[in-house]
Amino acid sequence: MSVLLEVKDLTAGYGGPAVIEGISFDVFTNEIAVILGPNGAGKSTVIKTIFSLTNVLGGSVQLDGKTITDQKTSKLVTMGVSAVPQSHNVFPNLTVDENLDIGTYAAPPVDKMATREIILGLFPDLRDKLKQPSGELSGGQRQMVAIGRALMCEPTLLLLDEPTAGLSPAYLERIFDLLLDVRKTGVTILMVEQNARQALQIADHGHVFVNGKNFISGTGQELLADENVRNSFLGGAAS
Amino acid sequence: MIEFINFYLVPGFAIGSVYALGAVGISMIFGILRFAHFAHGDLMTVGVYGVFAATVVFPVNPFLLVPVGMALAIFAALFVDKVFYQPLRKLPTIYTVISSFGVALIFRSLIQIIGGSENRVFGSGIRPPLILFDTFRLSSLHVQAVTTTAVIAVVLHIFLSKSMTGRSMRAVADDPELAQISGLDTEKVVRWTWIIGAALAAIAGVFAGLDTSAHPNLGWNLLLPMFAAAILGGIGKPMGAMAGGFIIGLAEELSSYHWIGESALISPSYKTAVAFVIMIALLIFKPQGLFKGRLL
Repeated sequence: MSVLLEVKDLTAGYGGPAVIEGISFDVFTNEIAVILGPNGAGKSTVIKTIFSLTNVLGGSVQLDGKTITDQKTSKLVTMGVSAVPQSHNVFPNLTVDENLDIGTYAAPPVDKMATREIILGLFPDLRDKLKQPSGELSGGQRQMVAIGRALMCEPTLLLLDEPTAGLSPAYLERIFDLLLDVRKTGVTILMVEQNARQALQIADHGHVFVNGKNFISGTGQELLADENVRNSFLGGAAS
Repeated sequence: MIEFINFYLVPGFAIGSVYALGAVGISMIFGILRFAHFAHGDLMTVGVYGVFAATVVFPVNPFLLVPVGMALAIFAALFVDKVFYQPLRKLPTIYTVISSFGVALIFRSLIQIIGGSENRVFGSGIRPPLILFDTFRLSSLHVQAVTTTAVIAVVLHIFLSKSMTGRSMRAVADDPELAQISGLDTEKVVRWTWIIGAALAAIAGVFAGLDTSAHPNLGWNLLLPMFAAAILGGIGKPMGAMAGGFIIGLAEELSSYHWIGESALISPSYKTAVAFVIMIALLIFKPQGLFKGRLL
């Protein structure tokens, strides 16, 4: 497997002191990688830094061998990186169809209608809601719209910040299943997730951060079996 | 009844058109740039003086020269955005609001210096009204104002709902951070907001100037009812602002009709107070306006 995203000694913050310090990890092509850690570990900051939404104080991020640390967010979209923030991730006054359409503006897909059909195939719940304002949807449906919008530009790397936050257990399972389906379309996924056990079960690799620093990395199964990770992040018992 | 239609209802729609066209820009600027643009009325004055100056050089029907006024207002808007507002974009919006007060004064002062402070009228003589069915007396200017505004409303609605730029504008108004994350060119959206807002302000200014006369305070005097219209329609809702403009225009005109007895319900001198009362009442009881706009 080739490395798609290489994060090396990354230090970043929001104008004050560094929130993450010397973070390093690799994301391989077409894998699902998950970032775990307690509150305040800097998980979301890593995602935001990759997407040029923080102040980088040191280190580098490379996408497919090209340094992207100093690129603008809009440029990153054209380079094949797409992101879904944790909250406020849909345009509430725009319809579902318009939200999906917005996803194509910065980096138009080769065949917009075909891409739209693939996405509606992944998220069939949205097909009946295309003309409905996204603000009127349930939390799970909004998450589908948000991921669908991010996929409309046919990204190679999808960054997700807690895609199951605030969802019911039923929707949580569905979102994880959908992410496996998204991966099958050739997209590499890097996500921050609080539901650590379920996330590691579908992840190829996991990276645990504590206090803004690397704590442990490994395959999903390795981390599920690791006693430290189990005790600290998975509630102790083995699954 | 005929008197009511001729002298209150139709003029209400006509002044409502002026408010509607001005309020669209105020609403869009607030929705996208997140600040109350107090120089918007003076942008109208810039537009109408642009047309007036063009009529001096080319003595033709002023309507043919409206594009000159629009171009001047657009240039002025883009210039002040670049020089005065853009550097303040990352600071609290109160800085930009105060800056817009300064810009308003600059516009008015420049107009007075270049164009003089006296009233200016387009053409001379009496413009006879159109008479329909022997009794309806319609000012052709009022018909033109209402028709033009209606056409602009339709075109603007199609633009905002169907075009890539229009949808991007609505997306930025909805959530500027998510728009940036989606890779939208937010500065291009800002430019289009000024272009549309200034162009419509110029058209509104020309209708207001043709109806009475052009003077340096023309736009400033219309600012309050335009803000009332934008709030009534819901901030960030251009179509709401259009509707708000007509409602405020009608409320002002109909308030001076002799609904009870022989004298006017409210003296025409206090017409602007009607807009003010509506604006205050909305801010207290329904701050999101009729079309659920952004909270101020």
